[in-house]
Amino acid sequence: MTTLPQYNFAYLDEQTKRMIRRAILKAIAIPGYQVPFSSREMPMPYGWGTGGVQVTASIIGPDDVLKVIDQGADDTTNAVSIRAFFAKVAQVETTTHTSDATIIQTRHRIPEKALSKGQVLVYQVPIPEPLRFLEPRETETRKMHALEEYGLMHVKLYEDIARHGRIATTYAYPVKVEGRYVMDPSPTPKFDNPKMHMSEALQLFGAGREHRIYAVPPHTEVVSLDFEDHPFAIQHFEQPCALCGAEQVYLDEVILDDRGGHMYVCSDTDHCEERRAAGHVGDLGVKEAAE
Amino acid sequence: MDLGLDGGFADPVLQSQTAFRAIMDALANPGAVQRLVAPGSPTSSIPPELVSTLLTLSDHDTSIWLDDSLRADSAVLQFVSFHTGAPVVREPGRAAFAFAAGAEHLPRFDQFNLGTQEYPDRSTTIVLAVPALTGGPDLIIRGPGIKDHGRISPVGLPEDFIGQWSANRELFPRGIDLLLVAEGAVLGLPRSTRIAEGH
Ligand SMILES: [Zn+2]
Repeated sequence: MTTLPQYNFAYLDEQTKRMIRRAILKAIAIPGYQVPFSSREMPMPYGWGTGGVQVTASIIGPDDVLKVIDQGADDTTNAVSIRAFFAKVAQVETTTHTSDATIIQTRHRIPEKALSKGQVLVYQVPIPEPLRFLEPRETETRKMHALEEYGLMHVKLYEDIARHGRIATTYAYPVKVEGRYVMDPSPTPKFDNPKMHMSEALQLFGAGREHRIYAVPPHTEVVSLDFEDHPFAIQHFEQPCALCGAEQVYLDEVILDDRGGHMYVCSDTDHCEERRAAGHVGDLGVKEAAE
Repeated sequence: MDLGLDGGFADPVLQSQTAFRAIMDALANPGAVQRLVAPGSPTSSIPPELVSTLLTLSDHDTSIWLDDSLRADSAVLQFVSFHTGAPVVREPGRAAFAFAAGAEHLPRFDQFNLGTQEYPDRSTTIVLAVPALTGGPDLIIRGPGIKDHGRISPVGLPEDFIGQWSANRELFPRGIDLLLVAEGAVLGLPRSTRIAEGH
C-alpha cells in the first residue's frame, strides 16, 4: 500500500466529482436529455469508457460492490482493468455476480438477470447523440431535441424498411424516453432495449469524448422507435445456449475449429455460469461436477 | 470572532459522497425519503440538512441564492464563502441552487431560473427546509422513478404549492427541481413529477 501514489478517493478530485454529480442530478430530472459536462482526462484512453468511468467515480462509495462487463463478459481486458482501477482507487469490493453488485458499469450489454431496486447501471457511451449521423451540427441536433423534431429519425428508419424490408438497425437502436426525448441506448444490441423499459434500476450514461451524461430513472418508459406496420422486434436465436441451454438470452457465436465448427453461447458470462452451477446443461455443455 | 470555519463535514470526501447518493436516490425515486448525513451547523439559522446539500453540491462554479433569513446571518455568508466559494446572488433567476430555511421567504417557483428549451439543465435546483417530510396533507405523485404512484405528505410547503408545481410541470423539459429536507432526510421532486391532492 505504501508505494501507491496519492490518489483522491475514486481518483477524481472533489471539484470534478461535484461538477459530474450536478450533471447526473439534472440528467435524472430530465430523462433522456443529454447534459453537457466538462470531461476529464482519465488514466486510460477514450474508447475504454472514460465517460462511464467518470460517472462511476463520481457516485461510488466505500460500501459499493462493483461489477464491470464488456459485451456481457466480466473477464475481458477492458472489464478487468476498470474493475482493478476502482478496487485500487476506491478500495471497493468487486464482483462478477449481477445480483451482488450495487453498481454495474457496462460496455454494450445489459445483464440478462432483471436488475433490482437500488442498483445503478452505468453505460460507457461512445456517441450519445442519436441524431448525429443525420445531422452533424450540434446546434442543429440540440434544436431538434428542443422542438421535439424527430421526423428525420423516422425517415431514416423508414428508408431502412424500403431498402431491406425491415428496420435493419440492430445496435444502438433509438428509443424514446417517457414520451419526450429520443435517446441512443449506446451500442447495446436491440435485444436489450426492452430491459431498459420500466427497469427497477437507475440507468446512467456517460460519454467521455463527447462530454455528455444522460439518465433513465427507475420505472421510466423507454420505447423503441417503430412503425405500426413494422413494429419493433428483438433478435431471435434459433437455438439455446450450447453450454447452459438458456433460451431468450443474447448469444455470441464462438468459433470452435478452422473447419467452420461453431457454437452459440450466452454473451452474459455470469448468467451462463450461474445456470451451469445450478445444473443446467446445453448440447455441448458438461454437467458441473460439484453440485 | 466566528469566521464561519465551524461546522461542515468532518470527512468531506466520504460524507459528500454519502450525501450525494442520498440526493441522487431522492431524485431518482421521487417521494422516497432518503437519510441525509447532517453535519454540524455553523449557526442555528441554517438547518444541518441545508449545510449538507450546500457542501455537497455547490462550489465557485455555482451561483447560489439564499433566502432572507439565511442571508441576514453573516455567519451563514462566511460559512458559504469559506467552505464553497460559491457566489451568492440576489436574483433568484440567476441561481443554480437556491437554499431556503422555510417556505415563507421563498419566491414563487417561476421566479427562479427555469432553463431554456435547448438547455433545460440550466435551471435552479431549490433546496427547501421544511418542519417535517411526513404528517402534512396527503399528495399523490406520479412520473419517472415512481412505480405506478406514490404518496407524500410534507409539512410546510409553499403557498399554492399544487398550482405552482403544475405550472412548473407544464414547462417540461424546463422547470425547477425541488429537494425537501428535514430531520436528517431528503425527499426529491424532480420537474418530471406530477403532483395531485390526495383524498
Ligand atoms: Zn449459457
